[in-house]
Amino acid sequence: MNQKTFFRRFRDSQIFWPLVAWIIILVFDAIIDPTFFRIGIIEDPTYGKHLYGNLVDIFNNGAPLMLVAIGMTLVIATGGIDLSVGAVIAISAAMGAVLINPALGNELISNEILTKNATNTPLPIIILADLLAGTLCGLWNGLLVSRVKIQPMVATLILMVAGRGIAQLITNGQIMTIYYTPYFWFGNGYILGLPVSIYIVALVLILGWVLVRKTSIGLFIESVGINAKSAYYSGINEKNIKLFAYMFCGFCGAIAGLILSSYVHSADGNNNGLNYELDAILAVVMGGTLMTGGRFNLLASAIGAVVIWTFTVTVYHLGVPANALLAAKAILVLVVILLYSDYTRRFVNRITTKRRVAKHETSN
Amino acid sequence: MKHQISRFLIKNGGVLLPFAVFLMIYFIGGKLYPAMQKPQVFFNLFINDSSLLLVAIGMTLVILTGGIDLSVGGVIALVTTASAAMLRDGASAYIVMPLMIVIGVSLGALMGWIIQDLKVQPFIATLMGLFFARGMAYIISLTSVPIKNEVYKTIALTPIYIPFFPNTYIYIPTLVGPIMLLVAIYISYFTRFGRTIYAIGSNEQSAMLMGLPVRRTKILVYAFSGFCSALAGIVFSLSLLAGYGQFATGMELDAIAAVVIGGTALTGGIGNVIGTLFGVLIHGTIVSVLQFNGTLSSWWTRIGVGILTLLAIGVQSAFYVRKKRS
Repeated sequence: MNQKTFFRRFRDSQIFWPLVAWIIILVFDAIIDPTFFRIGIIEDPTYGKHLYGNLVDIFNNGAPLMLVAIGMTLVIATGGIDLSVGAVIAISAAMGAVLINPALGNELISNEILTKNATNTPLPIIILADLLAGTLCGLWNGLLVSRVKIQPMVATLILMVAGRGIAQLITNGQIMTIYYTPYFWFGNGYILGLPVSIYIVALVLILGWVLVRKTSIGLFIESVGINAKSAYYSGINEKNIKLFAYMFCGFCGAIAGLILSSYVHSADGNNNGLNYELDAILAVVMGGTLMTGGRFNLLASAIGAVVIWTFTVTVYHLGVPANALLAAKAILVLVVILLYSDYTRRFVNRITTKRRVAKHETSN
Repeated sequence: MKHQISRFLIKNGGVLLPFAVFLMIYFIGGKLYPAMQKPQVFFNLFINDSSLLLVAIGMTLVILTGGIDLSVGGVIALVTTASAAMLRDGASAYIVMPLMIVIGVSLGALMGWIIQDLKVQPFIATLMGLFFARGMAYIISLTSVPIKNEVYKTIALTPIYIPFFPNTYIYIPTLVGPIMLLVAIYISYFTRFGRTIYAIGSNEQSAMLMGLPVRRTKILVYAFSGFCSALAGIVFSLSLLAGYGQFATGMELDAIAAVVIGGTALTGGIGNVIGTLFGVLIHGTIVSVLQFNGTLSSWWTRIGVGILTLLAIGVQSAFYVRKKRS
């Protein structure tokens, strides 16, 4: 009895459906390529022994998307949306690259100085500056939404358009390559054989969980998302709750930018985090959080991001060119839309009730 | 009298303001760079932004219903690539063009149906359209396809000289935008369909209770936007004489920004296509000022458009608050 209720609770939780989707994709992978799940241990000259394989890669490369999806969940739960995360990623990446740039402040800029394995600013300060830049972007979005009362979509659209410009402004319009090896650790390093980025995601997830479930912030966010006005009348400061959600989203975007620029060893204002906002929204929707706000689950969104990344890897595995991936993703979105639509729900309900009625009649 | 003036200002503020901003930016540009005073520069705005104008017109009607269409850039890319590939394989230009229109309209209608009947947010459904169209463009060709068709070349490269202005010309595709603008003005002000669009944008529930054909109108609006995007795609392929999946990246954002700067409220129901024209012209002016300057980099366009959008929204909310009070 107890086990049954546990299973039912699990089935009703938001984690269930994204997990099912993930398992379906994994089973598909297993069928088309039995070696898909092979995980080995490799000896790396810089990072020592670590695991390698498709699954590890999915988590390592999908980490920025998972982070962004976690941040986006809170924003969507308040009934908003943040389109600027891609731009925030670019800004954070640009910030890191500029602060590292050893030629900064040097009067004589030569190729030798530029490509030196050195940094202009200590690493902790770079990380702090990255996080601060992202959080500031979030603060800007949050102020526009909560104080100026602009629709979330438009308010964040402004930073989405202008943000990439700002990122290019920071790097002076160039694609900056990073040569400072300690910085690569975030995207390429390993702890106990697992990628560092996984630990970072887990850390943010735990941080978010503690913030949201161990304090009353989560409850406040849900109540603001369900009905901002009644939340206000019950004494919840809905403005600050919204502000917090956008700032957290910007914070997550900044970490994602850090990992991403560290992984690709460069900062490119135009292409860092391109289309991430769309993938993140898709991940959150897949995680069962309604676009209108309300009930949310951080873990479910993170799993949703993993599903999207697994899907991406699978499509690459099938030999589809990278650019045509967009069409495949559109079909994924369509399937998700269809699954979550009232149309399907009604259809399924009709079938199940018919069966129940039929059963009833036969038993009679 | 004073009351009448203030009423006139409040009623038409949505159009007058972008018009004034456009004049201001253009005059400042003309003062800074005397070469900008040539009439050709003004007509270049139409030549360069003809596809943006087309897209923005369709977008205006969609936004007026309270929706949004993010698929426009993707449809342009798909249309340019598909037409270039078909022309390369020897299809006639007179078949290709109508076929592209059919593609655009059917894609738009499909998205409209998904939004209306599956109750999906417009944002997500059209995002899917964007992904799909761009992906299909890449499936057709991964690289840029040049157009060597004679009909396309003649249409694209025949200049039309403007009377009264010596040495000032536009091209045939440039005319499509302004013509479509007139059509859109007619549709939005003088047809039942257009008035229904405004009614839906103001309050969908009451529009439905009034017995207006909400479902049909909403699907048709997205089909119209698809039509405009397909036209824009044809104009785009004419102006560059090539087709490529990477064309018009981010044009949906430029179009939305132009619509918002032009005084249309994103909540729907308020605004019109004439304002959108000035929104597009403002965008074009910023771009040409940057080009005349030469030392400023292209990213300033993005920052400039972002700031203007913000200002437009701020002014809008101020205007509408006053309108509601009066």
